[in-house]
Amino acid sequence: MSETPAVVSGSQGNDLGGTTKKSSNTVNRPGAPVGGSARSIRSKSRPADRIFYGFSTGAAVSIMVILAGVALFLIVRAAPAIAANWATDPSLSTGATAGHHTFWGYVAPLIWGTIFVSAIALVIGGPVAIGIALFISHYAPRRLAGALGYLVDLLAAVPSVVFGLWGIFVIRPFLLPLTNWLNHHLGWIPFFSGTASATGSTELAGGIVLAVMILPIITSISREIFLQTPRLNEEAALAMGATKWEMIRLAVFPYARSGVVSATLLGLGRALGETMAFALIVSPSLIFSLKILTDGQNSQTVAANIATSFPEGNALQRQALIGTGLMLFVISIAVNLIARIIVTRTGPDAKTRKAKATIAQLPPSDPSSVLAVDDVLSGRHSSPEGTARA
Amino acid sequence: MTAPTASRSSVPRGPIVNSLKSGQLPRFIELYTAIGALVVSAGVLALMSRLNLVGELVVAAILYLVGIGVMSSIVENRRKATDRVVRGLVTVAFLLAMAPLISTLATVIIRGIGVVNWSFISTTTAHVFDPKTLVVSTHTGALQSIVGTLIITGIAALISIPIGILTAIYLVEYARGGNWLSRTVTLLVDVMTGIPSIVAGLFAFSLFTILLGPKAFSGFSASVALSVLMIPIVVRSSEEMLKLVSLELREASYALGVSKFSTITKIVLPTAIAGLVTGVMLAIARVIGETAPIFVAASFTDNFNSDAFNGPMNTLAVQAYAAYKFPGTDIQASISSAWGAALLLIIIVVILNLIARIVARVFAPKGLR
Repeated sequence: MSETPAVVSGSQGNDLGGTTKKSSNTVNRPGAPVGGSARSIRSKSRPADRIFYGFSTGAAVSIMVILAGVALFLIVRAAPAIAANWATDPSLSTGATAGHHTFWGYVAPLIWGTIFVSAIALVIGGPVAIGIALFISHYAPRRLAGALGYLVDLLAAVPSVVFGLWGIFVIRPFLLPLTNWLNHHLGWIPFFSGTASATGSTELAGGIVLAVMILPIITSISREIFLQTPRLNEEAALAMGATKWEMIRLAVFPYARSGVVSATLLGLGRALGETMAFALIVSPSLIFSLKILTDGQNSQTVAANIATSFPEGNALQRQALIGTGLMLFVISIAVNLIARIIVTRTGPDAKTRKAKATIAQLPPSDPSSVLAVDDVLSGRHSSPEGTARA
Repeated sequence: MTAPTASRSSVPRGPIVNSLKSGQLPRFIELYTAIGALVVSAGVLALMSRLNLVGELVVAAILYLVGIGVMSSIVENRRKATDRVVRGLVTVAFLLAMAPLISTLATVIIRGIGVVNWSFISTTTAHVFDPKTLVVSTHTGALQSIVGTLIITGIAALISIPIGILTAIYLVEYARGGNWLSRTVTLLVDVMTGIPSIVAGLFAFSLFTILLGPKAFSGFSASVALSVLMIPIVVRSSEEMLKLVSLELREASYALGVSKFSTITKIVLPTAIAGLVTGVMLAIARVIGETAPIFVAASFTDNFNSDAFNGPMNTLAVQAYAAYKFPGTDIQASISSAWGAALLLIIIVVILNLIARIVARVFAPKGLR
């Protein structure tokens, strides 16, 4: 491979025309000055080359245009509602937006609710997800590991509205005894205070369903990173007499820490934008509330508020909702970017950093890419990138 | 069990004990403890007359963890006890994740199976007023949603797949090593994966209300929203797949004097086609279940509408949501229609996933299998 660097590097630096030089038999060695006859032989499909290059570059540029368009149209549409006088405007003083004096007064409790319920989901789902990842990567029988991982990935394939319906009909009644017990015995803790819900439409129920929905993302990313731990580190720990758990604590966790943190943040990003489960299950109101066991005193989230208020809103109220959506957009992009920065900046060493970055950039809950990583890691393909484990 | 723990610390007296086997719990102790925990918890709950499956499993899990920890710390040592408890904990975590999966699928199938039949699939939802009894009866149907799902997802796929794959080709084939454009695009694709789905819907709504006026609900608008969600998924998975094509294949092609265009279309894409199709299928499976963006961009309707550019459109996911959240006068019929739509949606998603797996397995090129 290293004998023909000219051809390889041609795909990086040179323009298209230069890369596809016809290598005639008369040329003695690569790099030697080539005669006029060889230079005159050009690939006949240069127009196709140019057109194709144009198309693919255009597609790449279109990504920039689309994202700019998303931000631009949201801002343009939200600006009137953000700038409007909420106290006097007749179309804002009715319905869902009544009683709020400014846009910021309207959006602040929503942002609080979004962060609060995502935190609940993360507290419940995070440790379980990491446990599952550990189980699949280090505890399950080798032969079963792939199938078990696929089962967890199946959770990601279930549409969110189905989880929402499931939450209504299964999780709500299931949690009622727990709700009453917590409220009765631990009611002095702010989270469990208030009047216990009789229907089960609590913040806790929403948080648990959200936790189920973020499980597969955190699990699949953590699992891949656990599997990337250098085999020699693990074997060294075991050879020193460490038990399996000590080996994991000493060899696997330090290696995977930043990856697990960013996996958790990506899970948080998913939870922030999740709409349907919360909109279906929880009966909320626009307040700053810590209570998770009540009816009607649950903090509302941005996304669920859009889904429930959008159909009956008037034009300006819809613009206000678009404004709250813009805030959600900013928050979740910030969380996602922080996750990626963590994983690219704080790798254990430079060589593994690249491979880990690739993994963390996978789309959340996209099993196809996990599949790809599986293939790379098992070394079945010779990847041009050069992976961590051959 | 027979070996006294004292033999570990003090100088052994009397008959020599096999030091390799001393201080260890028997081989299948974890299995025995698990069975014991299940039996004991069933017994305790039966005595308290509160026997149910969930309680049984929870109590058994706690009993198991405590039991194995205590036994191991008595017979073995603290480190081994911790090890065994952690092993139990991660296993419990995995079983805990399987519970919602099984429960969700079982619920959807049980509640939906009675609803889904040929008449549900082939007719639209209709509210019929009977003048004799003065009752409005609801006929549940999902035809409008099935057609809407196919049209909206189809258009979204038509927009996203070319843009996604071409962008991936640009990133892998033309910008390997990284110029500023590829670095920016990679970052922006990452950013796009983080767009909440409802924000994509709001974007499409804003775009079309600005272009077409306030009542711009249409299937095409929903397709645009889905494309925003689908493009980054297609780019990411295609990029991974194209990177898997070994460099030697490209080099061999260039060495034969084949142009870049022909190398990509005749060598790289055919080699990666199985992976590309798999990625596209999974991306479709992912967006076909989206509710919020379609709900915002295309609204919802019970009427049949096959014109993607005019008027509200329904999809299965939206039907499942709207039928529960905004039920008609016949609430039972609305809810059963929600479950029927949910079951159809699950079936479609499972079929897409199966196709993706089969394509990945069967059509993978021989050299890479």
